[in-house]
Amino acid sequence: MSTRIFGSGIKRREDPRLITGEARYTDDIKLQGALHMAVVRSPYAHARIVSIDSSAAAGLPGVRAIFTGSDIDLAGLPTAWLIPDSDLKTPEHPALASDVVRYVGDGVAIVLADSRYQAQDAADAVMVDYEELPVVVDPHEAAQAGAPQLHADVEGNIAFRWVMGDREAADAVFAAADVVVSERILQQRLLPTAMEPRAASAQYNAATGELTLWCTSQNPHIHRFIVSAVTGLPENKVRVIAPEVGGGFGSKIPCYPDEALVSWAAMKLGVPIRWAETRSENYLTTIHGRDHVQFVDMAASNDGKILGVRATVYAGMGAYLSTAAPGIPTILHGLLYVGPYTIDNVFCESIGVMTNATPTDAYRGAGRPEATFLLERMMDKVAGALDMDPVALRRQNLIPPFADGYEVATTLIYDSGDYEAAFDKALAMAGYDDFRAQQAQALQEGRYLGIGVTAYTEMCGLGPSQVAGAVGFQGGLWESATVRVTPTGKVQALIGASPHGQGSETTLAQIISSELGFPVDDIEVIHGDTTETPMGWGTYGSRTTPVTGAALAQASRKLKEKARVLAAHLMEANPDDIEYADGSFSVKGSPDQAQSIQDVTLMAHLAWNMPEGMDPGFEESQFYDPPNFVYPFGTHIAIVEVDPVTGSIDLQRYIAVDDCGPQINPEIVAGQIHGGVVQGVAQALCEGVIYDDNGQLLTGTMLDYCMPKADMFPNFELGETVTPSPHHPVGVKGVGETGTIASTPTVYNAVLDALSPLGVAQIDMPLTAAKVWQAIQNANGGN
Amino acid sequence: MNVSMTINGEAVSREVEARTLLVHFIREDLDLTGTKIGCDTSQCGACTIHVNGKIAKACTLLAAQADGADITTIEGLAENGEHHPMQTAFWENHGLQCGYCTPGMIMASAAFVRDNPGASEDDIRHYLEGNICRCTGYHNIVKAVKQVADAAAGGA
Repeated sequence: MSTRIFGSGIKRREDPRLITGEARYTDDIKLQGALHMAVVRSPYAHARIVSIDSSAAAGLPGVRAIFTGSDIDLAGLPTAWLIPDSDLKTPEHPALASDVVRYVGDGVAIVLADSRYQAQDAADAVMVDYEELPVVVDPHEAAQAGAPQLHADVEGNIAFRWVMGDREAADAVFAAADVVVSERILQQRLLPTAMEPRAASAQYNAATGELTLWCTSQNPHIHRFIVSAVTGLPENKVRVIAPEVGGGFGSKIPCYPDEALVSWAAMKLGVPIRWAETRSENYLTTIHGRDHVQFVDMAASNDGKILGVRATVYAGMGAYLSTAAPGIPTILHGLLYVGPYTIDNVFCESIGVMTNATPTDAYRGAGRPEATFLLERMMDKVAGALDMDPVALRRQNLIPPFADGYEVATTLIYDSGDYEAAFDKALAMAGYDDFRAQQAQALQEGRYLGIGVTAYTEMCGLGPSQVAGAVGFQGGLWESATVRVTPTGKVQALIGASPHGQGSETTLAQIISSELGFPVDDIEVIHGDTTETPMGWGTYGSRTTPVTGAALAQASRKLKEKARVLAAHLMEANPDDIEYADGSFSVKGSPDQAQSIQDVTLMAHLAWNMPEGMDPGFEESQFYDPPNFVYPFGTHIAIVEVDPVTGSIDLQRYIAVDDCGPQINPEIVAGQIHGGVVQGVAQALCEGVIYDDNGQLLTGTMLDYCMPKADMFPNFELGETVTPSPHHPVGVKGVGETGTIASTPTVYNAVLDALSPLGVAQIDMPLTAAKVWQAIQNANGGN
Repeated sequence: MNVSMTINGEAVSREVEARTLLVHFIREDLDLTGTKIGCDTSQCGACTIHVNGKIAKACTLLAAQADGADITTIEGLAENGEHHPMQTAFWENHGLQCGYCTPGMIMASAAFVRDNPGASEDDIRHYLEGNICRCTGYHNIVKAVKQVADAAAGGA
C-alpha cells in the first residue's frame, strides 16, 4: 500500500468538512461581544481631504466609535520586495489616508458598531469634504511628462526602473536581424476574485498583551511579521490564524490596511472586532493583477532562428506599492523572456508606475503569464512575417532535452526539461496536421477556425533564499515542517505554509505516507496558525508541494532512519541487516521477525529499551531551502471557431500537456490545471478591469466584471510527460500556475489565427464579441 | 419583527430587523455558516439554499419573506448521517478545491438533478451559469453533477 500512495488520485482529505458546510472560514468565526468594523472609503480617485464630519454618524444606533487617519497610530504598510539597482521609491502607505486619497476605495475612517448593518449605515453617514485632484489611471500615460503626480517623493510617478540585459548589445542584434516584428501588448488589469472575499477579526488580551488575528491569508507568518511591525506589538505576542481560506490566487498574500485596522481597534477598544469586505469592496480594494502596457520586439533570421527579445514595460502599480508588487513585473517577469527557446539576446526595461487605481500585486502566475504571452504572441508574428508554420518555428527553436541544469540568457539555470516530448504529445492529441486541412476546408465554407499552440516553461517553487536576498525580497523562501508521531502511531504534520484550496493536506500526507509507511488516513496536515505551526513563508509561487513537500520528505527520512536503528535494536539485529517494506522493518533472511512502524513508534515513546545515544520520542523537524527553482513546462493547444457575423468565439477544444515531474496525486494536478486554464482563458476572452477617466471602477461588481462560467468551456483534454527535477528530494515541480501561464496566449493566438483570413492582426484583450466584430469591420473597411 | 421558519427540519423563531437578508439571518442569527456570501449582486450562487423545495439565492430574499417557509441549507442536505449523492459525487470527482462555492454548487446541483434526471453535459454547464467557481475550472464539477444525473436516470 504505502509505496503506491505516491501517484494515486485519492479523494481529498479536506473535503468532508467542505461538502457539508462544516468548515470555518474567517467570517464564520463568531467572537463573543464583537463589534463590526466598516471602512469609510473614498469615492474619488484622487482628492485632498478637506474635512471629515462624523458627528451625525456617531449618533446613529449601535455606533461605538469612529476613527479617522489622525486618530490611528499605526506605522505605514511596508513594501517587502525592494528590487535592487532600480532607483526604487516606496511612498508612504498609511492604513487610513489623512490628507490625500489616491484611489477609489482608499480608506479615510473606520466605524465600529454593534452590527454589520449599523456599521455600514454609519460609514455612509460620515461626511467627508474632498477637493478633487487630477487623475491618471493608464500606466503609460502616468509615466509621461505633465501627468498628474501621485506622491511628492515619487518623481514622475516612476517608482522604479528595472533593467535586465545590455541595451546596446540587444539593439545591435535587432539592427542586424533579417526580420523584426513589433507589437504594443496590453496586459489588462484583472480582478483575482477568490470566491471568499477578504475578512479579518481580531481579539486583544490586555492582561497578556497578546493579539490574535484571524484573517484570510496565504501566509500567516508573513502577516504576523507585518502586523507586528505596523502595530508595534512584539512578534511573539501576535498570533495570526488563517482558518479555512477560500482561494487566494495571490490576492491574500499582501498585508492590507484592514487587517492592521481591526488589530488596532481591538487593542484600542478592548473588545473583539470583526470585518468582512463585500464583493464590491473586494473589487475596489483587494489587489488587482497584471496591468502592463508593453512595447515588444522580436528579432529572427530568415531561416527561422529567433535572435532576440526586447521589451519596454510600463507596469501599473496603482496608488501604493503593495507588499510584493515591485518584484512582479521585474524579477518574476523579465527573467522568463527566453521561455523554452534558445534565445541568446534578451533585454527588458520595466518601469513601475504609480496610478490612481487599486494597487496591483501577485495574481496567479504573477509576471510569468505576462512574459509567456509576449513571447508566444511574438512567435506567431514572426511565423507570419516569415510565412512559416508557427509549430515548425517553435520546434526549430526549442531547447534540446536536458536532465540536470541548463543556463539561459537571463542567467536562470533551468533544472530539467524535455520540451519537444511535451510538444509532440500535445500536437498528436490535437491532430495538428489534420486540423490545418480541416481549417482550410472550413474556410471554403465561410467558417473561421483557428489554432493556438503555446510551448512554455516557468520558474516556480520559490526559491533559494540566497536568490531571494539578492533580488531584494525581504524574507527567506525556505519552508519548515515538523512530523510528529503520537505513541499510537498517528501523525501530525505541522507546516509553515498555508494552503487555501490546493489540496495540500492530501498531497503532503501522500508524501509522508510513501516515505514513512503510515496509512494516509492516519496523517493530519496542520497549517495556518502561527502559534501551532513552525515558521514558513507561505503558499504562493507554486511552492508548497516543492518546498514544504521536500521538508516533509526529509523529516520523514530522518524518522525512518531512526526507526530502522531502533527496530534493529529491538530485534537484536545489526541495523545494516534491516529491510523495510510497506511500513514494516524486518531482519534480512528472517521475514517472520518484523516490527511495524507503529510498533517502533510506540517503543520510541516508551523509551524502555533504546539504543545507546538515541533520544526518546518520534518527531523530526526540517528546514528546507531549495537549491534552485523548479521549472515545469509543457504545451497547450486551443482550437476555436469565430463567428464573423457576431464576433463571438467558440472554444471547441483545449489540450494541455504539462510536465510537473512525478505527480503525487494526478487528480489534484488535473484540478490545478483545469482551474488555471480557465483563469487564463478568461483573460484572453472576457475578463478585464475598466476604469473611466476619473478613476471610477466601472467593473465594480460581478454584474459588470465578466467571470468565466461553466458554459464557456469544453471538457479539457489533459496529458502529461514526466521529467523529474534533479535537485528535489522526490523530483516534483510546482503546478499551481502553469495553466494560467500557458492558456492566455494559446487562446489569443487561436482567435487571431482564425481571423487572419479577414485581415485582423491585433486586438487588445479581452477578445469580447464586440471587439472582435469591430476589428473585423475595421479590417473589411480597408477592402 | 418576528420571523419563524423551519430550517433543516427544526422550527426557529427570532426577532430581526425588517431589512435583514435571509443569508445574514441564516449565518449570523442561526450560526449556520455553511451558506456563503461571495458577491453582492446575486451572481455567484455561494448562498444557494432550498426554500420550499426550490433553489433560491439567500442574498436575494429578506428573512421576512421566508417567514413560514421550509428551508434546507447545506448542513441539512445529508440524511440519516449519509452524505447526499451530490456531496459524495463532488468528493469522488474532485469537484471542489477551496470549498467556498461548494455549498451553493451542491445545493443548486442537487435540486437540478432531482428535477432533471439524465441531464446532458450541455444542460449542466448551462444550468451552472448561476454558480461561480474560481478554482476548479468547472470541469470536475460538471463531471460530478453528470455522474449523479446519470445515476438518477437509472444509467451508469
